[in-house]
Amino acid sequence: MDALSQLAAGFAVALTPINLMWCLVGVTLGTGIGVLPGLGPALTIALLLPITFKVEPASAFILFAGIYYGAMYGGSTTSILLNTPGESATIVTALEGNKMARNGRAGAALATSAIGSFVAGTIGTLGIAFLAPVVVDWALRFGPADYFALMVLAFVTVSAVLGSSAIRGLTSLFIGILIGLVGVDLQTGQARFTFGVQELTDKIDVIIVAVGLFAVGETLYMAARRRTGKDEIIPLRGSLMMTKEEWSRSWKPWLRGTAIGFPIGAMPAGGAEVPTFLSYYTEKKLSPKPEEFGHGAIEGVAGPEAANNASAAGVLVPMLTLGLPTSATAAIMLSAFQSYGINPGPMLLQSQPQLVWGLIASLFIGNVLLLALNLPMIRIWVKMLEVPAPMLYAGILVFATIGTYGISQSPVDLALLYMIGAMGFLMRRYDFPTAPVIIGVILGPLAEQNFRQAMTISAGDWTVFFTRPLAGSILAIAAIIVLAPAIYSAVQKRRAAA
Amino acid sequence: MADVDNAAREGAVSRPPAGETLIALGVLALSAVAFWQTLVIPVSPLYARVGPTVIPMIAASGLGLCGLALLALALRGGWQDEEEKATPPDLRALLLLGSGLLANLLLIGPLGFTVASMILFALTARAFGSRNLLRDAGGGFVLAIVAYLGFARALGINIGAGPVERLIERLISLVI
Repeated sequence: MDALSQLAAGFAVALTPINLMWCLVGVTLGTGIGVLPGLGPALTIALLLPITFKVEPASAFILFAGIYYGAMYGGSTTSILLNTPGESATIVTALEGNKMARNGRAGAALATSAIGSFVAGTIGTLGIAFLAPVVVDWALRFGPADYFALMVLAFVTVSAVLGSSAIRGLTSLFIGILIGLVGVDLQTGQARFTFGVQELTDKIDVIIVAVGLFAVGETLYMAARRRTGKDEIIPLRGSLMMTKEEWSRSWKPWLRGTAIGFPIGAMPAGGAEVPTFLSYYTEKKLSPKPEEFGHGAIEGVAGPEAANNASAAGVLVPMLTLGLPTSATAAIMLSAFQSYGINPGPMLLQSQPQLVWGLIASLFIGNVLLLALNLPMIRIWVKMLEVPAPMLYAGILVFATIGTYGISQSPVDLALLYMIGAMGFLMRRYDFPTAPVIIGVILGPLAEQNFRQAMTISAGDWTVFFTRPLAGSILAIAAIIVLAPAIYSAVQKRRAAA
Repeated sequence: MADVDNAAREGAVSRPPAGETLIALGVLALSAVAFWQTLVIPVSPLYARVGPTVIPMIAASGLGLCGLALLALALRGGWQDEEEKATPPDLRALLLLGSGLLANLLLIGPLGFTVASMILFALTARAFGSRNLLRDAGGGFVLAIVAYLGFARALGINIGAGPVERLIERLISLVI
């Protein structure tokens, strides 16, 4: 049991007072930003990226992972009490959770989602500990062509499958890839897409893209539609304890949600929306009281919340073992690795065992802390929902300035931030997903690097991507994923016409 | 692909929506800019086969194809959510917010982080419906100066000093 001894060493790293402190700061901050509407883990970690210049890698990643997990816990509170899901993965929680809150069972809904998150997070983290070494063994055999194919698969699933429209997802992805290409090409020294602007030769920092889309774009979007609809916070009444019946209706959905969420998250395709919806429909099918669905069924909170957290844990597997981020937050974390000069990938577990296992151990600790933070102290977090929107968004914009201009002192950065913010506003308004942009910015240059290496090895022979069995089959899967819905609907149409 | 069907059904009755058409044209324009910028990248014959233009070319073409597909969708009635379409953007709020951002961009150099942030904060709060301009400006000022001093003292990072910051730093050094 190599993983167990490694994990023990990881706990030795995570349990040092300083790292425990970082973990506590992370989960607290994560819960807070999860509760606050308009803030998410990707934005928060992007704003905190500059600490990578000052803080040791292990501590920084313990902080980031705490934020990542914490935001999942906090997000469910907002979905349940406010019915405004902070991110797409918690839409399903809002469906039943908000109805439960309206029926006076807000306490039970919060409890089942917190405990479910704990169960799923713990099992999911165990999953990382045991799955990561296996994936690494396998990934050591990958060549550049195979990596390129994997990245194409990730691109395709993240943009074409997970959103509401393949075309809009791919548009976002290509914009992201083009932003990622701005700057001097490291291999040939040629400036690309710089329009003669000196500052752009240094590449566009992913911080600017993330803060522009998630802070400035989101603020513009919320300001533009402020007048419509008023959010109503449902007061937290009654007991936080779940009844015996609620316990017995919750534990199976927790486990099923975990079983659905982790494998899907761990696939190089990622995404938390698919597992939460799958879990919801599974629970609806299996529930002894399906008639309660739509009116506040506890299974509909317990299952999807567990699926959400398990898939969040799963996403860390391709990120750590293949260097393949499949969510916006994972992409930002990858850029944190890059700023330390560390390349996530199959060698990471060997070259930085302290970092990886310390991180995994701190996820276990973080889950325990989160359960403690979220159950007894829930009333304090609920207070945060009362922060008035004008103050919240004004503060977000000030911090967006600090995170970009404050660090670089470059007016070009600030102008870029606002241009990307304006783009983010249009994207929100016209229903373009934003995560593919971030993934394109981070993964695009890596994909290009692998593409060129593969082409150099094959002496310029394009067929290398199809003749290598692994690369060929991965690309075939990617092609099927893109084309299958179109073919399916064409067939359906023909059948309907006949 | 569901939006293709929707668009086909709606397209028969309504004319193409301006918003989506503009978005599609904007994507096409972006793709054209990307092509132009790709073509001006000088390519050394040494790298001709896997040179610096291959991936940019693919990305620009991909974006162009997406733009064409979006245009087709727009001409057939668009894809925007009904609820979203029925909500006209609050132009007054956007204007306030935009002027706050512009003021921040122009003033942060000459006046420093704190003053620029105060104006940004007050205008943003106003855009979100706050009525008390003086209180917002005060709140923004306090937040900004605390953040400035926090970064300067604790981390040693200067996030944009101007006259106000220098004055406060001098006052602090006089007291201590």
